[in-house]
Amino acid sequence: MGGFLSFVKKETLHIVRDRRTMMIALLMPVVQILLFGFALSTEINNIDFAVTSPNRTEAVRRQVERIAANPYFTFKGYIAPNEIDNALRSGRADAVAVFADDYDRQTAATERGEPAEKAVQLIFDASNPNNAAAGAGYMQSILLAGRQTGAAAPETRLLYNPQMKSAYNFVPGIMGLIFILICAMLTSVSIVREEETGTMEVLLVSPVRPIRIIFAKMIPYFLLSCLNLVSILLLARFVLGMPMSGSLAGLVGISLLYLMLALALGLLISTLANNQVTAMLISGMLLMLPIIMLSGMVFPIENMPGILQGVSCIIPARWYIEAVRKLMIEGVPFADVLREVLILAAMTAVLIGVALRKFNDKLE
Amino acid sequence: MAARNAIEAEGLTKRYGALTALDGVTFGVARGELFGLIGPDGAGKTTLFRLLTTLINPDGGTASIAGCDIVRDYREIRKRVGYMPGRFSLYPDLSVAENLDFFAALFGVSAEASRDLIAPIYRQIEPFRTRRAGKLSGGMKQKLALCCALIHRPSVLLLDEPTTGVDAVSRSEFWDMLSELKSKGISMLVSTPYMDEARRCDRIALINEAKILGIDTPQGIVSRFDEPIYALSGRDMYGLLLAARRAEGVRECYPFGEAHHLIPDAGFDAAAFARFLAGQGFADAVIRPAEAGIEDVFIKLMHHEQ
Repeated sequence: MGGFLSFVKKETLHIVRDRRTMMIALLMPVVQILLFGFALSTEINNIDFAVTSPNRTEAVRRQVERIAANPYFTFKGYIAPNEIDNALRSGRADAVAVFADDYDRQTAATERGEPAEKAVQLIFDASNPNNAAAGAGYMQSILLAGRQTGAAAPETRLLYNPQMKSAYNFVPGIMGLIFILICAMLTSVSIVREEETGTMEVLLVSPVRPIRIIFAKMIPYFLLSCLNLVSILLLARFVLGMPMSGSLAGLVGISLLYLMLALALGLLISTLANNQVTAMLISGMLLMLPIIMLSGMVFPIENMPGILQGVSCIIPARWYIEAVRKLMIEGVPFADVLREVLILAAMTAVLIGVALRKFNDKLE
Repeated sequence: MAARNAIEAEGLTKRYGALTALDGVTFGVARGELFGLIGPDGAGKTTLFRLLTTLINPDGGTASIAGCDIVRDYREIRKRVGYMPGRFSLYPDLSVAENLDFFAALFGVSAEASRDLIAPIYRQIEPFRTRRAGKLSGGMKQKLALCCALIHRPSVLLLDEPTTGVDAVSRSEFWDMLSELKSKGISMLVSTPYMDEARRCDRIALINEAKILGIDTPQGIVSRFDEPIYALSGRDMYGLLLAARRAEGVRECYPFGEAHHLIPDAGFDAAAFARFLAGQGFADAVIRPAEAGIEDVFIKLMHHEQ
């Protein structure tokens, strides 16, 4: 056992002395969380809007104030009907709300239960269709909330993430990506480095089963990832204010399972690659891209064509991200992610099996 | 069965696709013997080491180390041999002491256990024990690698080109260390492309293009050269080489250090040849009888093979 610990120590020294890699491994999750949490977001913010209203009645002004009070909208002033096109084209406004000249009469009529007419027209600059659609939705709901609605008007509630914060969506995705990067990419590169520099030859010609050396190599990367897990969870909870209403133990448990899966992947890659560049490329092309594209981290799986949905099923990150979303955001009990846990466990078992079969204690 | 020999190889063959890296190699290294494997790059030396260290399996033939078969008992062999690969195979980012500790742990021994064996070598690198191995000089690296290979007191030491890329003084020191290890009963197989190092071995095998050309003591190898040989030198060495190769009565002429070695046909008259060269414009050419070296034998055997 003393031998095993000195292998772990040796590997730790490699990591600690390679300052650049270590800083990347430790800071990358923090930077990504902060970037996705604050700078890069798919939320619709700061929509500049203008208003056209021939007679600014009390009711109109109340509605405009209500929209302007919303953090997503910035009121840019009243404009004449013939300025609408120009305002949208020049970018002075992203949206224009046009109030009918008999707005007061129409709203009053609607409230009496008479057939509704078009009292307000919303014109959006749809050069970015997502922004326009989401903004129009926001503004509509603000306008509707301002009056007594009829019994038939539907009410929409967005559960778990009512403000549609994109960070909620990205944090699980980043976790799915980071752990693969650190565990799979760094371990495979470090194993292949030994083959490339020739130290593997010396390691093999020793009484120690090489697989023990490999396991010893994985431990520091595993610990490094645990450190990252802690920093990600702390950032998510206290900086991004994620609810974390689910089982924390379950979240940690499934993350540890995912780490093991990533390590097994790293070992498998090291048996396929014979130099560090190839190992990097395999990790990059075969792991990163599918995770980003197909795991549901960026693009919803439900929107993919059937064949890609099928492919996404074999991407471990998909199941992990799904489970983390449920645990972190929906706050379901651990039992509700059992399916994901079982799938990940099965994948881990298969990967370890294949990697061990392929791992060779000869040079050929 | 107690094997008499430390290393025994019988018809060892290794192919890589169409290339035959080793072709029916047979030799034996006695216990406590310092056995040299002499041959140019690409002769198959490293392949032979990888076979003997059980890193690869042969396509034909058998070999054993300390009585253990390289295919069947490869785990046992890995406990018993010390191996120093051709290129520097320690961790450049670990210090001298850390490398040594790691290899001790790898073999499940404490660095103290073999202190007496490696002390004469380690003493020379001890002042640099906290220095990163990557920052050592070539000679120091080889000494550290030798310490690491010896840490578990192997009975057989396999050294693949340990002196390549090392300065002449360090090379000579390194061979002194090997002689000292030999006196402690360790059997050694050492490969080298340097013919001058062959003299430091008990016996040598000349290897070229996957085949062993001959095995004998260094003196025995040299005595195989039973023909007269001349050393030819002058100012324009290259012109001289071309002229000698064109001349009648010269079977062979090849560069050999500071002079060319010339092997004549029967009935060669050195004085007449000197006059002939003077007539060709090489008035300063000097030709005198020379002693054949291992390299001469090597070249002769190589041509014989072809």
